Amino acid sequence: MKEQLEAIRVAAITSLSEAKTQQDVEALRVRYLGKKGELTAILKQMGRLSPEERPVIGQLANEIRAAIEASIDTRLQALQSEELMRRLEAEKLDVTMPGKRRTLGTKHPLTIVLDEIKEIFVGMGFDIAEGPEVEKDYYNFEALNMPKNHPARDTQDTFYINENVLLRTQTSPVQVRVMEQQRPPIRVIAPGRVYRSDEVDATHSPMFHQIEGLVVDKGITFADLKGTLEIFVKRLYGEGSQVRFRPHHFPFTEPSAELDVQCFNCHGKGCRLCKNEGWIEILGCGMVHPKVLSNCDIDPEVYSGFAFGMGLERVVMRRYNIDDLRLFYENDVRFLQQF
Amino acid sequence: MNLSMRWLKEFVDIQMDTHEFAEAMTMSGSKVEEFWTEGAAIQNVVVGKVEQLERHPDSDHLWVCQINVGDPQLLQIVTGAQNLTVGDLVPVALNGSVLADGTKIKKGKLRGVESNGMLCSLGELGLTQHDFPYAIEDGIFVLQEPCELGQDIRQAIGYNDTVVDFEITPNRPDCLSVIGLAREAAVTFGKELKLHKPLAQAGHGDCTSMLDVKIEATDLCPIYSARIVKNVRIKPSPRWMRERLRAMGVRPINNIVDITNYVMLEYGQPMHAFDLRYIEDGKIRVRRAHAGETITTLDGVARTLKENQMVIADAKKPVAIAGVMGGEYSGIMDDTTTIVFESANFLGSSVRVTARDQGMRTDASSRYEKGLDPNNCLPALERACELVEILDAGDVMDGVLMDDHRTSQETRIPLDAGWINRFLAVDLPVSEMQRILQQLGCEIQGDEVIVPSFRSDLEHKADLAEEIARFYGYNRVASTAVQGSMQGKYSPRQKLERTIRETMLALGLSEIMTYSFISPKYYDKIGMPEEHPLRKSVVISNPLGEDTSIMRTTALPSMMEILARNFNNRNAQAHLFELAKEYLPGEDEDALPQEPLKLIGGLYGDDVDFFVAKGIVESLLEKLSIDNYDVEAAADAFGYHPGRCARLTVNGEEIGLVGEMHPAVCANYGMACRVYTFTLSVDALFRYANDNKQYHPLPKFPAVTRDLALICDDETPVLTLEKAIAGAAGKHLEKIELFDVYKGKQIADGKKSVAFSIRLRSADGTLTEEQVGSILKKTMQALEKLGATLRT
Repeated sequence: MKEQLEAIRVAAITSLSEAKTQQDVEALRVRYLGKKGELTAILKQMGRLSPEERPVIGQLANEIRAAIEASIDTRLQALQSEELMRRLEAEKLDVTMPGKRRTLGTKHPLTIVLDEIKEIFVGMGFDIAEGPEVEKDYYNFEALNMPKNHPARDTQDTFYINENVLLRTQTSPVQVRVMEQQRPPIRVIAPGRVYRSDEVDATHSPMFHQIEGLVVDKGITFADLKGTLEIFVKRLYGEGSQVRFRPHHFPFTEPSAELDVQCFNCHGKGCRLCKNEGWIEILGCGMVHPKVLSNCDIDPEVYSGFAFGMGLERVVMRRYNIDDLRLFYENDVRFLQQF
Repeated sequence: MNLSMRWLKEFVDIQMDTHEFAEAMTMSGSKVEEFWTEGAAIQNVVVGKVEQLERHPDSDHLWVCQINVGDPQLLQIVTGAQNLTVGDLVPVALNGSVLADGTKIKKGKLRGVESNGMLCSLGELGLTQHDFPYAIEDGIFVLQEPCELGQDIRQAIGYNDTVVDFEITPNRPDCLSVIGLAREAAVTFGKELKLHKPLAQAGHGDCTSMLDVKIEATDLCPIYSARIVKNVRIKPSPRWMRERLRAMGVRPINNIVDITNYVMLEYGQPMHAFDLRYIEDGKIRVRRAHAGETITTLDGVARTLKENQMVIADAKKPVAIAGVMGGEYSGIMDDTTTIVFESANFLGSSVRVTARDQGMRTDASSRYEKGLDPNNCLPALERACELVEILDAGDVMDGVLMDDHRTSQETRIPLDAGWINRFLAVDLPVSEMQRILQQLGCEIQGDEVIVPSFRSDLEHKADLAEEIARFYGYNRVASTAVQGSMQGKYSPRQKLERTIRETMLALGLSEIMTYSFISPKYYDKIGMPEEHPLRKSVVISNPLGEDTSIMRTTALPSMMEILARNFNNRNAQAHLFELAKEYLPGEDEDALPQEPLKLIGGLYGDDVDFFVAKGIVESLLEKLSIDNYDVEAAADAFGYHPGRCARLTVNGEEIGLVGEMHPAVCANYGMACRVYTFTLSVDALFRYANDNKQYHPLPKFPAVTRDLALICDDETPVLTLEKAIAGAAGKHLEKIELFDVYKGKQIADGKKSVAFSIRLRSADGTLTEEQVGSILKKTMQALEKLGATLRT
């Protein structure tokens, strides 16, 4: 009987190791361990054994059953694992195929840079002021020390609605509106659309954007103007940026200056980008003219301030190497999606 | 303003390299745009002498010349010119030379005869007959200049001045002159300004009784002065004068005209010369024009004058438009014998308006309109007469014809050194300030600065601060941070705009920016009815063109233009938005318009339909926590598909529209696809948005979901059914989701099947079957009132 049991062990384990499918394994379980299985059949003959042999054979039979069951588990696991591998193999993807993209909404490049500029100034304690685009001649010119027929008006070709109303040619009228509504200390920037009667071409547009700035308080100096704008330029263009202040004229500031940044392309040597000057003009600025303060009922003997204004489009064009201003207002999605 | 360096050096000793000069002038406030040397392109062109001249053996028009360029070896050059004789001095372009236009000259053969270069005409050197009146245009430039053989041609003919182009700001008309710039240069470089006091000998009889000069419009003309030159000898002016005029960009004409231009450039004072014989009755009147009076100006244009325009007139007619241009017949002719030199001052604003209204800006008017110094008239007039004598252009008579209404008001500004030092944050001794101001022409009297009359831009101590700062050096001033800290912030409204923009981006829309002005025709393109109130727009009185002639009252055409452009550019889809201002005219003409901000979206492409567009709007409203809005069909909205447009309202106020564009509108824009747009009022969104969000605990108990398939009238809006369900289901209703709408087979005509999935949940415990049954029963009762029944 012992020999029979050993034979079953060998036969069962051998055939299990050759089983190809889970069904084969199940069939083998029935064949050996089932109610009518071979091992069961042998155990049914235990009665014929002597009392001394019974525990020995019984133990052997349990061992063999355990061995076969272990073998079944092992084989089943192996087969499952093989099947999983086959499935995974079948599911293989060409991972180099393109992903399915979600449409990304893109900010207009002018907004990207404007937001950055706003962040810089908000971080320096400036609020953001707004004013109308269809503006009174008084705010756009007169209050800014440019009375009717002032020659400086010629430098800004103006769209008029009527004699007293126009499309603002600059964001500077917001200075006056802020000073009328608010007492010092004042620190604001005023970004917005401005209009000039320029025919559209690669570098001109009848509508474009400016960012105005105004600081008024007791004891504001020309050095404060320089310091504030230097920080701004370094934030916008990088810590290594070199700037210079060059005397200029604006009717509503005195002294007036233009701020140049050393050409980022040639570092001052002179190239096409900077028209061989080595410097690129970034903004106009100056100390608020005493007459402008007086026009806004702020005493120039007590308060002083500085103001600045810059064009947005040119800054953005240089940042992204855009050579045609018209692209901003054509809004082709192939352009917009690049930002 | 072009400046001849050669001329400048007459007044100030400038020896440095031009680059250094330009840099320093720029940094003291006279910005140099560019500079160049005349004839810079010309290379290897020298003076030669024609030693032999023979006919070309194989040509009846070519000549073979032997040219002496200073070498022992003569140079053989073939030319087609017919104006040469032996002994002529000519410009010779040697082998390997370059002409003014960049043409390179190499030796070669002309009909078999070797030619080692080229003889040049004026044009080939970049010159005209105005520069050398004795030369001919179509032939070789035969030099009548003292020069040496082999000498560089530019040096030989003085065509080598350096020209510096300055940007002169409108507050500095005094710098529109050689002397003005020389003064700036002298202060910049700490050099002496060498001014010359003009003096004409005259002595050819007294002229003061020859003309009666009177200013009638004394408010527009503080001084009018004139002198008379008789026996004028019209001829070309000398080379030095022509050279200087050319370098400054003025064409030489003849000695008298050149003198007026020369004085204008040197002194900044426009001069006018006219022929005495055209002045009738010996009278000069400076007056306003009579309405309808006419004059034909030097440019040959007949002009009708208006009463606000100033003229110089004789007893009968205007002879010049004051400060702008002279009359045709009063000009200098070849047979002119007696001339009047006029030097006058006119009010800038008057000249500006006249020049603008007459549509002609001249060198004179663009100077006058900036406001010139009345005290400059007499020195300039004297200088003109002096030049007449230097050039031997005529006999200057004694006496000055003049009507003088100048007021001797001088501007005095206290020199407050303490204030200036604080204002600029510098520490300059008062003596240094005085030195700078004095060099600029100011006089110091005690604590006061007396401003010279040519600097009417100096009025206030801040103006003095600028003068001091620019010569001290802007970049030597320290840079400091503003004292005292302030909190910068975005207003709630600005934050809302940012949230709207970010939400649109997150929903896959790209931002656009469009012009605020449009054509009135665009209202037709979007199907706006003829009498619609939005047709009333802010109109630009001087637009660039019809396309940009009015301010938009709706951003819709702007969006449609951009969608159409993308469609035409074959972009398969576009999902766009803009935060766009609209401009609604005020009540009366001088009231400023309202400028409401709108969010406008525009979409086309395979992946969008009405509900995608509406979903974007709903997502935004959800983001802004606006949940009390209503939606209704807006069949009346112009521009939209009558069955596919929804109006959004809050408490009955319209906050926006979303819909599919009418096919006729799409066709107007050439778009052969369905287009969806939405517009929302940012003002309304700001009013209704709620950013006070509160956390709600996550549910602890399971939800029960039930599907309701209903049959109802086709006309019953889904929103009506949803509202009925919401009203009946009460507080346990968590969510209603529409998942199917069906019309067709098995559904009676005029009916539709609508299926909702309803999710119920209680915060207090798991809902029982009885509770759910009761809710559903109430719900069905409410729905049955609307004529909806359960689909069986």
